[in-house]
Amino acid sequence: MGIETENKEIEIGIRENAKKLLSEKQVDVVIGYSEGTVPLSSTPIIIRKEEDVDKLVWNNLCYINIARYLAPLMPQLCDSEGNSLKIGIVAKGCVGRAVNILATEKQVNLENIKMIGFNCNGNVNRSRIDLEIGEKEILEILIVDNDIIVKGKDWEQKFPYDEYINELCKVCQVKSPSATAESCVGECQELESIHDEFADVAEFETKSAEEKWAYIKEALEPCTLCYSCRQACPVCYCNLCFVDQNLPVWFGKTTELTDVIIFHLIRAFHLAGRCVACGACSSVCPVGIDLNIITRKLEEIVKKRYNFTSGLSAETVPPMMDFSMDDEEEFMLEED
Amino acid sequence: MTETIVEEKKVDEKWEPKIVAFLCNWCSYAGADLAGVSRIQYPPNIRIVRVPCSGRVNPYFIIKSLTDGWDGVLISGCHPGDCHYISGNLVARRRFAILHELLEFFGIEPGRVNFMWASAAEGERFATLVKKATNIVKKLGPNTKFKKEWC
Repeated sequence: MGIETENKEIEIGIRENAKKLLSEKQVDVVIGYSEGTVPLSSTPIIIRKEEDVDKLVWNNLCYINIARYLAPLMPQLCDSEGNSLKIGIVAKGCVGRAVNILATEKQVNLENIKMIGFNCNGNVNRSRIDLEIGEKEILEILIVDNDIIVKGKDWEQKFPYDEYINELCKVCQVKSPSATAESCVGECQELESIHDEFADVAEFETKSAEEKWAYIKEALEPCTLCYSCRQACPVCYCNLCFVDQNLPVWFGKTTELTDVIIFHLIRAFHLAGRCVACGACSSVCPVGIDLNIITRKLEEIVKKRYNFTSGLSAETVPPMMDFSMDDEEEFMLEED
Repeated sequence: MTETIVEEKKVDEKWEPKIVAFLCNWCSYAGADLAGVSRIQYPPNIRIVRVPCSGRVNPYFIIKSLTDGWDGVLISGCHPGDCHYISGNLVARRRFAILHELLEFFGIEPGRVNFMWASAAEGERFATLVKKATNIVKKLGPNTKFKKEWC
């Protein structure tokens, strides 16, 4: 079955479920994805009326994690008194995970949320396609059979789909949300254990310290500290981010390499055990920095140390909110 | 800070690391005190900052120290289970574990940032571990990766 037909099926499923939820008054609004205004993108949309559900789409360009709009809650999702409306959310696997994380952190109330689940089939790696297309203008993007066809004024280029999806989608194990039955409609799975091999991280780890530093330096060099990655991240919801604190100023705001690396290092640290591996940060990066390897490393650390995969359930306490007497402490200095 | 740079350049073989040590008020700081009172010799490379608990040590402190030009960071707290605030050091331990792995992942030498436990009765242990940490940082040489140019 081609990607095309899969997408159509998913789209129909989403629309049917959204329509059902709205007509039965189970939800007041549905957040989902709609056709983007420019090629290679999609736009989040808030649906309030049944007849608008046909605006919802699924086209492998829905790279934004729409759980971002739940914490802090957008004004559009509140009633006149500022209370949360009943929200339906079109949830691919990582959106479901983010909702669960937000629920464990008491940022959302799962009672107000219905997830419209489906089996996500991955997202196109925009920055990679952008890079290969170069300066040419993209007018249209189509997915036919298992190819991504990018069309311009008088040119056309073909990319194999399996190769040109996000790196994180390639290794993704959580294709659909795993939520309790009450909060989930459509295809939702119970995901008890996830087997992840982390071969990519292991490969990176074979490098020497100098090589790693050189790699990180080169990768982060173009960063302009625009904080797009932070804004797109579904679990970065602090009122005052550490980089914005000015009493005291912890870190410089220049684009000097030290400041850039520190921003990414501390942001990664804050995401330990919380990152849901949606890849939104890399997808929105205007200079195309690939942060996936850091994301993967975080997943590996919490899996290895605390046997935890973020966002699989709203009940498990995340490792950084917890402690235990018998944690590993091999990194501590000890007398010989 | 400028003086330090000049000094380093002049006497390279005589270079001594400067290490900032965050010691918890209840165990390690008292441990350091005991080491001093007992006349136990340990390297003078550490500069001590007293913090209420190892759980108070924000990772920013560690990173900020490195950008400000310290060659190493040492963090010491009560042994697990002995924390004055019951679980501060257990929370800190998880944080340090992740920070330690991330620093290594980013290619910072893992020996730059050291963690240890020392109780108020362990002056001897405190001195030994400070010696060990100083030797580790000495072998790594001056901190150049994170240091800001103006420091």
